[in-house]
Amino acid sequence: MSYTLPPLPYAYDALEPAISAQIMTLHHSKHHQTYVNNLNAALAAQATATSANDVPAAVANLQAIKFNGGGHINHSLFWQNLSPPGSNSATSAANLGKAIAAAWGSQDAFQDAFSKTLLGLQGSGWGWLVKHTVTGQLSIVTTKDQDPVAADEVPIFGVDMWEHAYYLQYLNSKPDYVKNIWTVINWKVAEERFNGGRGDAFKVLRAQLS
Amino acid sequence: MIFNMSATILRASATRSALRAAASSAPKRAGLAGASFVRGKATLPDLPYDYGALEPAISGQIMELHHSKHHNTYVTSYNNFSEQMASAQSAQDIAAQIALQPLINFHGGGHVNHSLFWENLAPKSQGGGEPPSGQLSKKIDESFGSLEEFQKKMNAALAGIQGSGWAWLVQDTQTGNIGIKTYANQDAVVGQFRPILGIDAWEHAYYLQYQNRKAEYFSAIWDIINWKTAEKRLK
Ligand SMILES: [Fe+2]
Ligand SMILES: [Fe+2]
Repeated sequence: MSYTLPPLPYAYDALEPAISAQIMTLHHSKHHQTYVNNLNAALAAQATATSANDVPAAVANLQAIKFNGGGHINHSLFWQNLSPPGSNSATSAANLGKAIAAAWGSQDAFQDAFSKTLLGLQGSGWGWLVKHTVTGQLSIVTTKDQDPVAADEVPIFGVDMWEHAYYLQYLNSKPDYVKNIWTVINWKVAEERFNGGRGDAFKVLRAQLS
Repeated sequence: MIFNMSATILRASATRSALRAAASSAPKRAGLAGASFVRGKATLPDLPYDYGALEPAISGQIMELHHSKHHNTYVTSYNNFSEQMASAQSAQDIAAQIALQPLINFHGGGHVNHSLFWENLAPKSQGGGEPPSGQLSKKIDESFGSLEEFQKKMNAALAGIQGSGWAWLVQDTQTGNIGIKTYANQDAVVGQFRPILGIDAWEHAYYLQYQNRKAEYFSAIWDIINWKTAEKRLK
């Protein structure tokens, strides 16, 4: 069994003008593909170390699984929680919208808080809206590098804040990327994830095993 | 591609000190104790070469953005958070000081790292790429076998950085030995280790020119390494 790159649910240029076709092409066909390749290699190395009862090798390999597995998980979730501009407005997320209003007061206040969190990230990482599995409550979290969200969180949507996600188009104007990302958030997928559990959010990964 | 760099020229000023914090811009203290925290500000150092001078290893467009935008943002943010830190100290607000520490670390580190980086690069016409000599050359041969082996190890360290960060040739201040260390984000080489030679592995350092082919950036940068600067940093 190995993982394969999931196809994008839209064309490379479908997110323009928010995200250029050049960025989407490189991001999906090069960056995400590399995470998939390196994840498969790391999993194979883990199997070898495990069958050889080589615990030091198995432990030394864990970070490669976490980083590349995280890269595969995060990007798979990201592509699905984006959609062409104007195709999915926030008003289409009824239950999620209510929970957001309850937590932040309004959709605008939530988006301001989320944007501020994205811009406060130091280095490479992701911003997420998550639902806690125990309390059902929402919060905004960040994860560094390719760390995935915590095991007690359901990812509702994520935004990639690595420089490769915006630099060719926005250069150092990170606030403009953050402003425009709101035009391509897929609120229909966000609503589905909010109504479901972790298994529902991650089903895209199981679909890419062959 | 996005704008034309070729006409942009930036000459070094007479002052080339990497870090000019606490420069002459402000009086140290004015008035009564506790009443004022006027202090010298960090300033963006001039590059010791033109923006286009490191081509083809690093494009003029990258150099201009990297220096005039990215580095400059670290400088202004560091000054901003330093002022807030001074206020928190004068108010004896420990929680605020702790909350500001990561911001000082990040932006101050960004300023220190980039200042060292510009100076350990040089155009070929100014000696860029000429191999090290003397004590540093000897230490590299002793520790890594050869300069080529060292470069291979350094490139492997750079390629292995997960996320944003830097790789450094460092000197252990306790033993005097040299070695390769990577640092996350803008963590600076301070404390036990002394920075000798740093390479920026953030995507903004190469992406406009190399995109996802970062190994090509790591291999090209050796043509513009200023080993003379590195030698001077070794003690
Ligand atoms: Fe990414
Ligand atoms: Fe940089």
